[in-house]
This record gives sequence, structure tokens and C-alpha cells, in this order.
Amino acid sequence: MNGRVQQAVQSILTVTALLAMAALLLAMLLAVTGYAVKPALIALVRGAFGSWYAITSATIVRLVPLALAGLAVAVAFRAGILNIGAEGQLLIGAAAATAVSGTLIGEPSWIALPIILVTGASAGGCWAAVAGVLRLRFGVLEVISTIMLNFLALYITGWLVRGPLQEPTRINPQSATLPIDMQLPVLLDGTRLHAGVVITVLVAVAVWCWLAHSASGFRLRAVGANAHAAAATGQIRVPRTLFAAFALSGVLAGLGGAVEYTGITFALYENFSPGYGYTAIAVALLARLHPLGVLGTALLFAALEAGANAMQRDAGVPSVVVSVVEATLILLVVAADRWQSRSTVPARLTNEAGA
Amino acid sequence: MSIDEVSVLTVSASFLEAAVRTATPLTLAALGESVSERAGVINIGLEGSIIAGALGGTIAAGAFGVTGGFFAGAVAGMAIATIFACFTVWMRADQIITGTAITLLALGLTGTLYRTLYGSGGVALATPTASVYAIPGLSQLPLIGRALFAQPVVTYALYAITPVLAWWMQCTQAGLALRAVGEHPEAAIAAGIAPRRVQALAVLFAGAMAGLAGATLVLAQAGTFVEGMSAGRGFIAIAIVVLGRWKPLGVAAAALLFGAANSLQGVFQSMGFVGVPYQLFLAIPYLLTLLVLAGASTRSAAPAALGQREL
Amino acid sequence: MKAPLLSLERITHHFGRVRALEDVSMTVRAGTVHALLGENGAGKSTLMRIAFGLLSPDQGVLRLNGVATTLTSPADALAAGVGMVHQHFTLVPAMTVTENVALGAHGLYRRADAARRVRDVAARAGLALDPHARVSDLPVGAQQRCEIVKALSRDVRVLILDEPTAVLAPAEAAELLQWVRRHADAGNAVVLITHKLRDALAIANDITVLRNGRVVSAGADEAGLVHAMVGEASRDDGVHSNAREARQSPAPSEMQGRNVISIRDVVVRDPQQVVRVRHATITVRAGEIVGLCAVEGAGQHELLRVLAGRLRASNGTVQIPPIVGFVPEDRHRDALLLDAPLYENIALRQAGTRRGRMRWRTFRQQTTQLMSAFDVRATGADATARTLSGGNQQKLVLGRELDRTRDALVVENPSRGLDFRATTAVHQALRDARHAGLAIVFYSSDLDEVLSLADRVFAMYNGTLIPATMTRDAIGRAMLGGGAADVHA
Repeated sequence: MNGRVQQAVQSILTVTALLAMAALLLAMLLAVTGYAVKPALIALVRGAFGSWYAITSATIVRLVPLALAGLAVAVAFRAGILNIGAEGQLLIGAAAATAVSGTLIGEPSWIALPIILVTGASAGGCWAAVAGVLRLRFGVLEVISTIMLNFLALYITGWLVRGPLQEPTRINPQSATLPIDMQLPVLLDGTRLHAGVVITVLVAVAVWCWLAHSASGFRLRAVGANAHAAAATGQIRVPRTLFAAFALSGVLAGLGGAVEYTGITFALYENFSPGYGYTAIAVALLARLHPLGVLGTALLFAALEAGANAMQRDAGVPSVVVSVVEATLILLVVAADRWQSRSTVPARLTNEAGA
Repeated sequence: MSIDEVSVLTVSASFLEAAVRTATPLTLAALGESVSERAGVINIGLEGSIIAGALGGTIAAGAFGVTGGFFAGAVAGMAIATIFACFTVWMRADQIITGTAITLLALGLTGTLYRTLYGSGGVALATPTASVYAIPGLSQLPLIGRALFAQPVVTYALYAITPVLAWWMQCTQAGLALRAVGEHPEAAIAAGIAPRRVQALAVLFAGAMAGLAGATLVLAQAGTFVEGMSAGRGFIAIAIVVLGRWKPLGVAAAALLFGAANSLQGVFQSMGFVGVPYQLFLAIPYLLTLLVLAGASTRSAAPAALGQREL
Repeated sequence: MKAPLLSLERITHHFGRVRALEDVSMTVRAGTVHALLGENGAGKSTLMRIAFGLLSPDQGVLRLNGVATTLTSPADALAAGVGMVHQHFTLVPAMTVTENVALGAHGLYRRADAARRVRDVAARAGLALDPHARVSDLPVGAQQRCEIVKALSRDVRVLILDEPTAVLAPAEAAELLQWVRRHADAGNAVVLITHKLRDALAIANDITVLRNGRVVSAGADEAGLVHAMVGEASRDDGVHSNAREARQSPAPSEMQGRNVISIRDVVVRDPQQVVRVRHATITVRAGEIVGLCAVEGAGQHELLRVLAGRLRASNGTVQIPPIVGFVPEDRHRDALLLDAPLYENIALRQAGTRRGRMRWRTFRQQTTQLMSAFDVRATGADATARTLSGGNQQKLVLGRELDRTRDALVVENPSRGLDFRATTAVHQALRDARHAGLAIVFYSSDLDEVLSLADRVFAMYNGTLIPATMTRDAIGRAMLGGGAADVHA
């Protein structure tokens, strides 16, 4: 138990150090590029947390798709699957949600909403399952196949919003707006904070409980840690576990798309996702693939992006500068990981020397 | 010759011309990536090198002209690849994770720098561009003449780079070493090859080629820098490498196919087919890549140690 | 007197805090075979990795032809005339023999010229090899010849062979040793890393014995060398007394013990439809240890996995208990989650069938108990598996597998990579399990280990299972399909 407390303290310290370094880096970057550092940082913080509206309608609302896609990536990576297809799975989830919502006009929202969300999630799962089949049946690296599937999803979305799902006037390349009674309820009047936040937190807690404390969650982690050893137990069916992980990952990302559609955008369009699925990789990694940690890092990234918009508006600093900060954070984590594992190398070498 | 036949011929010729033009940056980036993947490194950060090359090319072309622009593009692409190599080759960090971060980093850096240098409006720049150089005689050939022989010089450079690279991989010791590192690094070490050096060089080469691709986008095509103008070409290049089965000639052919699919849109527009869902045509090469990937022979063509971290 | 081709003087090397070599010296003269003897983990490979430029020593001098030299890479070593053939081959399977041999040179690669060179070198050395064959298509013996030709083609004077006979059948091994002798007689030097006394005594001019990273002085006879290799321990329970003890322990009566494992006419085909196991029939009773001997690639791994229920037979009947313990030979790859805590490694045994919640508190307690029962030394149940020594990892795996079954256990190379003490502990655990009524099947690449531990022995040749009597000769013949004459590449 003592060890766990120590571990927790250590990870908190690490995260704090990383944040400090990120802030420092941002300040340096601004200074180098000739912007006034202080007003920019103030604008950033204010844009993310400066007002109740900023917190709910800018920051937390951005957290939702990032966290759900981040959970998708975390689950896949935990199983040893390098799913970089969350972007495509999210898009397909949103597209399926849009498609099914068109057939549910007139249904009461307590029927329509669950159907929309479940459809989106299942569609995301199916899209990821394609990569699963390709890997398990044909041995195709999922890194490559999910890239292809992302492009396919993007083009399918582009076609849908100009074709079958285009709004009735046929002018704009986007779907019809979702009727208000089929939208996720707003939690606080006057803000954009919607019920998707509650869904996200519940899902994150559920995924954490499942991974840490259930037998099937342990199987998934065991397969991810060492698929050969899992297979050699003679009882864990590795392909089935992997396939389930692919599907679950896709379900989470697809749910992210459906929640974003029913909670924020209310319509499908070509640039529906500004790269949530790619940022999600950073979110998951920075959280060390821990489901609850994903909530934290998604909040960080959401705040950075919300703040970046304000920074651009108020201080004239290009918002893309936060991408640099995000990227640097990931690289710092990667470097820290490698540095840590370097200290365990001698043990491994000793074993080899004994072999 | 009836008017219809003439117009079909014109449309086809301009379609082929567009296909080759679109394929040029893709081929550059994909040839680089194929070398890097042959050494066992899958560089998802290629996108970052492309966008860096585009901005580097833009800045330098303004000061030193087109040639300087291409040179600077290659250097900028290589600079981004150097960061990638530091993490993946030197620290042996995960290639996918690092590549994702590098892409994000480069997109952010180029966007910030661009706005800082040229103002938030992104002033339309007077960037010199590489003019089309039509080869006398050859460019007069029917149908394919203009497509193949009325292009910027960088396209002609590919006519040399591609076969030379193919020859280099098969017929030089360095090419043999490259393949050995990607197949079985332990064997390479035992043969006195330093896999890390080979991988680092391969990654830098890929970065330079991707940088050239970025410079091409600006200097030979768009004529100006646009934020995020790499538009996923780094990922497309990875698809092309797979479809080209990691062989330079195959890669060039696959790039041409991707270029052709991209150019279909123009054909449909010029022929008045408004209702055709061109997005589905754009999707065809990716679908094809997936199908080809599922074929057994492609899997065996993939370098055995691709993406592996330990040496 | 001419300077020795290779001399290592007062070499010391550490891995982290662990000392692998201390003050080790050895001299390799032209025209000789120099055997480097020692148990697993004695430091033989480490020393030779230093000689081949793969490691640089913390202290000490390496001399080539009398000149102090620093080797920073295998490339340096090869250029200086030192070549090494590793125990695990370092060939690129997807490439041809010629490409593999040519690897590492500079300039152009001309296929025809390179192939001619392979043919020349092979012919001069008296080794048969097809230059255009893909390495992945070659049998083990030919791959080894390819490795040797690869080294020779770089004009090396000192050839280091790391356990070269481990992967070969006895007759092939004898042939290789004869070749080594001839090669040395032609004025070259060969360093033979081995833990097999017999090989060393048969052909070596000089013998250096390492124990725990130090050179120990040894007499020239077998008894003296054994003592030198295993140290004090050999007096009370060395290899040979082990064997004796095994014979003395009450042999299980033929009628005692029910049939626990019983397979009949089992055929196993691999995914490429190549037959790996041909009509194997075997019965294992409670309370006996059945040993299996085979050359690498004879189908033993497939057969063991069928017996353990880890692989489905293509044909035939298989009767095994619902749960069979299985200890694979590659612990790191097949048995452990190296970065997970020990209690999760223990939980792995039931992870396949469990449903619902994992009760980690219970698993922690069970792990602590198991660690004391099997003498697994670690900081606690929360330690990660990676931090354990090879011996403790093996005891943990063995303990886990024994704990989950009351019926049968299948073990592959139980002492691979373990030092003497850990080997003894593992053997004792297996004997205890037999005593407790388990049916045990194990395979070892070390004939002596099979002889010392097994009650009955089978040999496997090219997928066929052959009962053998408990003598070296009989087993050796059986491993080659009945006759030693019947050897081909």
C-alpha cells in the first residue's frame, strides 16, 4: 500500500513538473516569437477558466470528445493495439448517429437519444473491427490499416454530407440540424454544458473499474503486456481478446462522435472533427493510459485549446502555438519514460548475461 | 476527328497532367518513407517534415529564389526528422507515439512561425515559383506528352531518383545493409553494421525527401504557404509505400495512382458530371491499399522488424 | 616466440552493479582450439562479446597479435581478424546465403561475384552450401555453415563459436568438431565456448574454465574440470551425483500410477500444412517423469504443447487432464508479464476462466505464500517480474504452474539460462512434484539433464517419437532416426 501512495505522489510530481515545463516552454516560445508573454498567458488562463461560461462552454465541452476518444486510444494501447484510427471511428460514429437520427424524427427523446448514441457507438466499433479483422485474419499492421480507414471515413463523411445526408435545401455540405428534443439536455441554462459530460465521466470510471478489477479487463491487460505469455496459459484466447479490444476501442471513439453530434454540433459536416482522434493519442499517452488520468489530461488539453482561442482573440497570439506545447509534453513524457527504463536496463542485461 | 473526340483527348491529357503533378510531392515523400521503412522505422512524423519543408521553402525562396527554396525545404524537413531520429533511433522511443507528437509539433511550429513572420492575416506572398519546363519534342507527344514532359524540373528529378534508388537498394552494399537492418537488426550488428547509424541516416533521408515534397507543394503548385497545407500527405505517403510494396518503382507507380484518383475530381467537373460523388473516387486508392495489404505477398514484403523498438 | 593471435588480460566487466567478469585473462594461440568452459552464467559469452567488440570492458587489455587494441564494434573486430558465430544465429532469414555473407562490406554489391566468393570460401573450408538458397529455407546445420562461411569470408584468423553443438544432432556435432580441428590445424585459432566437457576434451589444445566471472585453475582430466566448473557444490550434489541420486530414488512401479496423459496417433501440422509431429503415441502415468530428447526442430515443441493442451492436434486422440501446468523454455517471451507485479503474474494462471471481479488482495496473499514455498527471492509480491533474477523467475513460473494443477506438468528446457544452484532447486521441485503424484513430461536440449531427471526417455526424430533406453548412445542414435549414418544437412 505504501508503495502505491509513493507511486501516486511520484506521478503527481511528474505531472506538475511537466506542466511547469510546458508553461515555461510556452513562455519561451512567445518571447522568442516576439509576443508579450504576460498578457498572452493571462488571456490563455482566462479563456480556459476565467469565467463560469469559459469553464463550462469552452473548456469542459471540449473535454468530452477528447476524453472519449482518449479512452478509446487508452484501451487499445493497453491491449497492445496501436489504434491511431480513433479519428475515423469517431467520424463514422457521428455519421451513423446522424443517419439514424433522421429516421427517428417524432419519437420521444428518451427513445431517440439512446438509440442515436448506441448506433454511433456500434458503428465506431464496427469500423475498428475492420482493422481488427485485418490484423487477426490477415496480419495487417493496425498502424497502417487505421490510417487508411481514417481517410476512408473522411471521404465517406464528405460524400454523405453532399449526398444522402445533405440538408433539405441542398446548399450547404452538411446534414440537417438535429431537432432540439433529440439533443442531449443542457445541464446549466445559459451554457453549452450538456449531459455528455456526465456520460464521459461515467464511462471513464466504468472503463477504469473494468480494466483494474475485472477478470476480462485483466485478460486484456495481460494480452497487451505479453501476448505470448497470455496464450501460453492455455486459457486466454488471445485473438478473441484482441478483437474485443479493437471493438471496444472503436465503440468508445464512436460514442465520442455521437455525443459530440447530439451535444454540440447538432449536424454532420466534413470537418466535423478538428483532429480529436489524433489529439486523443496525446491525451491517452500523457495519462499513461490510465482511464481516470485520461479525464485529467483531456481537461488539460481542452483548457489549452479553449485558452488558445482566447489568446488569439485577445493577445493576437496564433492559437496553433498550443500544438507545440502539446507535442512537447508528449515528447517530454516519452523521454522521461525512456530515461526511467534505462535504469532498469542493467537488470535485463544481467539476465541475458546469465543466459 | 469529331469535336467530341478532341474534347475527350484534351480532358484526358489534362487529367494525366494533373495526376503527375499531384503525384510528384507524394512520390518524393513516399520514396523517402520507403527507405526509412526498409530500415525498420515507420515515420508517422513525415507529415511534420512536409509542412516544415513547405514553410522553409517559402521563406528561403523569397530570399534566395526557387533553388534556394527547394534546398531549404529539404533542410527543414531534415531538421524535423532529426528530432524524430533522436527519439526513435537514439532513445528507442516508440515510433508511433513520437511520430504523432512530431506531426503536431511541426504543424504548430509552422503555423506560429508563419503568422509571426507574415502577420495574422497571412499576407499573400510574392513567392517565386518553379516554372514549367516543357521538354522540346517530347512534350509534343499526344496524350502523355504534356503529362510527363511539361512539368517543373522537380518532376524530372524523380525520373532519375526513382531508378537510382531502386538500383541502390539492390546493387550496393549500403542498400543491402539498409534492408538487413529492417529485417533483422541483430544480424546487421553481427555483420559489423551499426543499425542505429543506418536508421538515423534513413530517417534523415526520408525527412529531406518529405521536405522537398513540402517545398514542391509551395514552389511548384500552390505558389504560397497555407497553414496545414500538407493535408495528410505524410499519411498518404505511408499508404503509398505499402501499395508500392516497399520498392521504389512500385512506390512511384502507386503514387501515380493516388495522384490520378485525386485528379478525377477535375475531370468530372470539366466534363460536367456534377452529381458524381468524387469523394468515393478519392477513397479508392485507400481501399485498394487495404485490399493489397490483406494479400499474403505484401505482408511478406514488409520489413520484418518494421516498427520494432529494441535492437 | 610469436605473439598469440588474441589475448585478453585482466578483464573486468560489470552490468550495473552486478559483476560479470573479474580479472579474467586468456590467451589464444595460432593453430589451436581453445575451449572456454563454464556453467551458464559463468561469464563465457560476456568475455567473448568483449573480444568481438560488442562490449567494452571496464578494465583490462585486449591484444591482437601482441598489440593492445580497443574494439568498439563488431566491425572493428572483423577488420582486426576476429569473427564470431553466435549461439542464436544472426542471419537475415529473408535474404539469400550470398546476401548474408556479403552483408557488412562496402561499395557495390555484385550478386554473381558475391556468390562466387561464397562458393570459393565454402569450398576452401570444406563446407557444403548453396549460395542462392534463402536462409529461411535452410535446415539448422546449413544455417550454421552459412554463419561460419560468413565469418571466414572476412578473412578472420580467430573464430569464436558460441555453443556451436547445442543445436546439432550428435553426429552433426561430431562432424562440426572435426571441422573445427582441421580449421585450427591450418594455422587459424578457434575459441569454442561450451558447457560440454566432452566437446572440449575431444578437440581442444587449451582449456580455460570460468566460474562466477573468474578464471579457475583446472586439471586436464574430466573430474578436475567438473570440479572447476561447478565449484564446491559438486562435492555434495553435482551433476553426476544428481544422476546417481535420481537412479537411487525408488523407480515407479510399472503397475503403480494411473494414466494421466494419454495420446494416440497424434499428428500436428503447422499453418503451412507441414507435418511437425507424426503419429505420436505416448502415455504418462502419475508419479513419473518422462524425458524427451531431440535435435532442434524435430517437432518436440509442438508435441509438448499438445500434451499441455496448448495446441490442437490435427489428427489423433488426446486425453489430458483439464488443467495441465506448462513451463515454456522462453520465460520472458512465453511465461511472464515482465513489467507487471508478481501477483499479477500469479493471477495469470486463472485469468482465462475467471469471470467477474479480480480479488487482488487474495492474489497478493497467494503470491507471498508461493514465494516462500518455492524460495522465490524478491522484494515482495508487488515487485515487477523484470527485477527478479533468471532463477527466481523460473521458480516463480514453476511454482505458479505446479500450484494450478494436481495432475500433470509439461516443462521445456527447465534449466535454460539458470546457474547451478537454481538448476538444482528446479530439479528438486520437479522431483518433489513427481513424488506428489504428478505426471511430468519434460524436454531438454541437454542430454545429461534428461538422463539425470527422467524415469523414461523418448527421442524425437523428424516428428516421430521413438522410445529409447537410458544410455547416451541409444538416445543419440534415436535422435537421428535410428542410425548415425543417416545424417544429412
